[in-house]
Amino acid sequence: MTLAMPKPDAEAMARLPDLLTRLKGVLPADNVIVDPRGLKPYECDALTAYRQPPLAVFLPETVAQVAAILTACDALGIKVVPRGGGTSLSGGSFPLADGVLLAMGKFNRVLEVDIENRCARVQPGVTNLAISKAVEHLGFYYAPDPSSQIACSIGGNVAENSGGVHCLKYGLTTNNLLGLEVVLIDGSVIRLGGKHLDAAGYDLMGVLTGSEGLLGVVTEVTVRILPKPSTARALLIGFPSVESAGDAVAKTIAAGIIPAGMEMMDRPAIHAAEAFCNAGYPLDVEALSIVELDGPPAEVDDLMQRVSEIARDCGAVSIRASNSEDERLAFWAGRKAAFPAVGRLSPDYLCMDGTIPRHRLAEVLTGITRLSGKHGLRVANVFHAGDGNLHPLILYDANLPGELDRAEAFGADILRLCVEVGGVLTGEHGVGIEKRDLMGTMFDEIDLAHQERLKCAFDPNHRLNPGKVFPVLHRCAELGRMHVHRGQLPFPDLPRF
Amino acid sequence: MASTLKPRDTRDVAEAVAWAAAEGQPLEVLGHGSKRGLGRPVQAEHTLDLSALSGILSYEPAELFMTARPGTPRAEIEAALAARGQMLPFEPIDLAPLYGAGGGSIGGIFAANLAGPRRFKAGAARDHLLGFKAVSGRGESFKSGGTVVKNVTGYDLSKLACGSFGTLACFTEITFKVLPAAEKTRTLLLFGLDEPAAIAAMARAGGAPHEVSGLAHLPAAAAALSQVGYVRDAGKPVTAMRLEGTAISVAARLEALRGMFPGIAQEELHGMNSGRLWTEIRDVAALLDAPLVWRLSVPPSEGAATVARMRSTGAPVTGWLYDQAGGQIWLGLDGSDAAADKLRRELPRGDGHATLIRAPDALRAAAAVFQPEPPALVALTRRVKGAFDPKAILNPGRMWAGI
Repeated sequence: MTLAMPKPDAEAMARLPDLLTRLKGVLPADNVIVDPRGLKPYECDALTAYRQPPLAVFLPETVAQVAAILTACDALGIKVVPRGGGTSLSGGSFPLADGVLLAMGKFNRVLEVDIENRCARVQPGVTNLAISKAVEHLGFYYAPDPSSQIACSIGGNVAENSGGVHCLKYGLTTNNLLGLEVVLIDGSVIRLGGKHLDAAGYDLMGVLTGSEGLLGVVTEVTVRILPKPSTARALLIGFPSVESAGDAVAKTIAAGIIPAGMEMMDRPAIHAAEAFCNAGYPLDVEALSIVELDGPPAEVDDLMQRVSEIARDCGAVSIRASNSEDERLAFWAGRKAAFPAVGRLSPDYLCMDGTIPRHRLAEVLTGITRLSGKHGLRVANVFHAGDGNLHPLILYDANLPGELDRAEAFGADILRLCVEVGGVLTGEHGVGIEKRDLMGTMFDEIDLAHQERLKCAFDPNHRLNPGKVFPVLHRCAELGRMHVHRGQLPFPDLPRF
Repeated sequence: MASTLKPRDTRDVAEAVAWAAAEGQPLEVLGHGSKRGLGRPVQAEHTLDLSALSGILSYEPAELFMTARPGTPRAEIEAALAARGQMLPFEPIDLAPLYGAGGGSIGGIFAANLAGPRRFKAGAARDHLLGFKAVSGRGESFKSGGTVVKNVTGYDLSKLACGSFGTLACFTEITFKVLPAAEKTRTLLLFGLDEPAAIAAMARAGGAPHEVSGLAHLPAAAAALSQVGYVRDAGKPVTAMRLEGTAISVAARLEALRGMFPGIAQEELHGMNSGRLWTEIRDVAALLDAPLVWRLSVPPSEGAATVARMRSTGAPVTGWLYDQAGGQIWLGLDGSDAAADKLRRELPRGDGHATLIRAPDALRAAAAVFQPEPPALVALTRRVKGAFDPKAILNPGRMWAGI
């Protein structure tokens, strides 16, 4: 374990009985877990390399209970870690020894489906997939589809600004939200947006989305739902090199085509997926891409043709088009199972998540191969190629001393490479604890201070999810200080009128 | 003594703001000043004119982004995109006809979070700002975001910067997402629907899988002011539904869309007339003679009822039109009373807001231009403002009195 968390505050931990007393009468005993056996299932999220039982788990059912918990924790100086489905890959809901875990799973109702206004109002514990299920019979769906969509909650999607394979065309969580209800650490409840668009005032909904549980606790979400496209078909295209595959991606987009999804896998990922679920993937290619096109049948047929031509021009060696829904799903089966498939190759794996400019793809892949040699660990690559989002899967064995450290060092090198070529540390998994200490490769002290001051505007005492996202916890008073030099005009040659 | 500071680069901006912060001198931050009519008039001795920070810095059509300095004219950005068959997908309203002060800068478009008829499908400016560099009210230059669409590294300050009207920071460089322009555009016109029926028709069209990219309704009086013959000469209310995409796709979808509305008089606009009509709708051409113009944002299904309630207040409503399936309503008023409280009382309860888009300075100084917020939100807004601009020197009062 190489990532250090802030030292637990023993005094705060000793105040747990006070906290429980305060909440008596507000939160039923059944909604509180304090015994070690009960805490055990909550000791990690999907970043399973790190485990820590929380001080206590609270399972509120009403907004008033959330507000009471936050107010009491703020007053007693006890930290709070919000948790949805617990599927964060970056440790976003990793518990703190001296903090309570606010598990939002009981907020699990779809409150309203409003077809006229094409939206749904749901509680944050509803899973991503359950939203689509709730509107499916009406011919609608919720577009963002992270691969954990069976288990991840919409509240967690808001916290992480989750993406998925279809965000190339339909946007991320942030582009599909209409409204939020949020409880702040002082217990106040604010409503942002609604069923209307572009609320006046600062876009606090926008900045809360992707804030990783550091700014407030979401208690209600209004999402946009979309009519299901009349047709969706996919192409499965094999390439003799990752360069040619990357080239085809760039040329497709340059031709003005924005597919619903455009995925790519490298040789190790193709072989792992094929061995796992017999998707019918070609095994004699270096890169495989899946391009999905949706819309009216005439458009889809036309674009399938155009994309195939571009692929052929780029040197594609095999092209298959899905001719039935079953076939389309079979094309996706391997890609969707890529993580567990790679998991079979190795006892453990780390899933990375950088984004790069599309045209640097081949170069970055070459770099990853080089780093694989340097660190002596295997890697398989799957990407959302359409938007340059890479998911290198680093294979390691946690039982071998030092391997986790090496895997993490390898991962950090990959992310540094992403930033070097003009990309970013994380495309959709979040910073959490996993990439926290790398923030300095993308942002300087001043950049980070501007972000941290926003945190201070919401949560001045760092009660909500501290130790995540920011490598150093600065006190808000220190961040707010301004050093000014009065009386001098430091720009004598600036044009004035 | 009043002065205008015209920085040439980021360092100049930082120095100017640092000076203003040290001296406690408020600044009116401007790009081209074309949107001074939007928001409350800023009371500041000094003006920070960012128009010299101009020019496109990077444009990679295949990467779908552009980086530009904030003072770059809108026209220059649009010409560069058009030359490569691309566009600003959010179709920002051009306020030049309403304010008569030019087409403005790209920085202003993002600072005001503008959007147009494609909003409900493609998003607003806020959905397209990928990253930026700016100088905060502390006089410090900072950056946020990047050049890629998928990015969750740190807080999404791009969202916060959009629509903050220069009250948090001054852009010095912005990177935004662009998209290919559609090959073909067609517009289906439906004639003679009353307002509730038009709202229902637009909801049906929007709920069908035909990817409409514009849904607007012009009452007869607004339709009569159009430059497009089919619309102007209809003598009836006109409901417009736009389809964009490849030629094959648009033809197929148009046929399907027509089939949804049997028994209703229909017409179809091709490329040029479509372009003209949607520009008129985007830029509120039908209300250019109204001295006072409000923009309402409501749940689309509430559009017609909201207008009916507002008209029944006795406020001198002279004209109106519905965009974005009825979710965005433009309302023109006569006279010299903005009727802010009277109109806002008629918004759907807890779900809608009203912005005073056009009014004389004195009225915009006195009335709440933007929807007043509840106390907990006001308190949070003040803290956010303080986090970026602790001395309150950037565009003070532009959005709300005292903030």
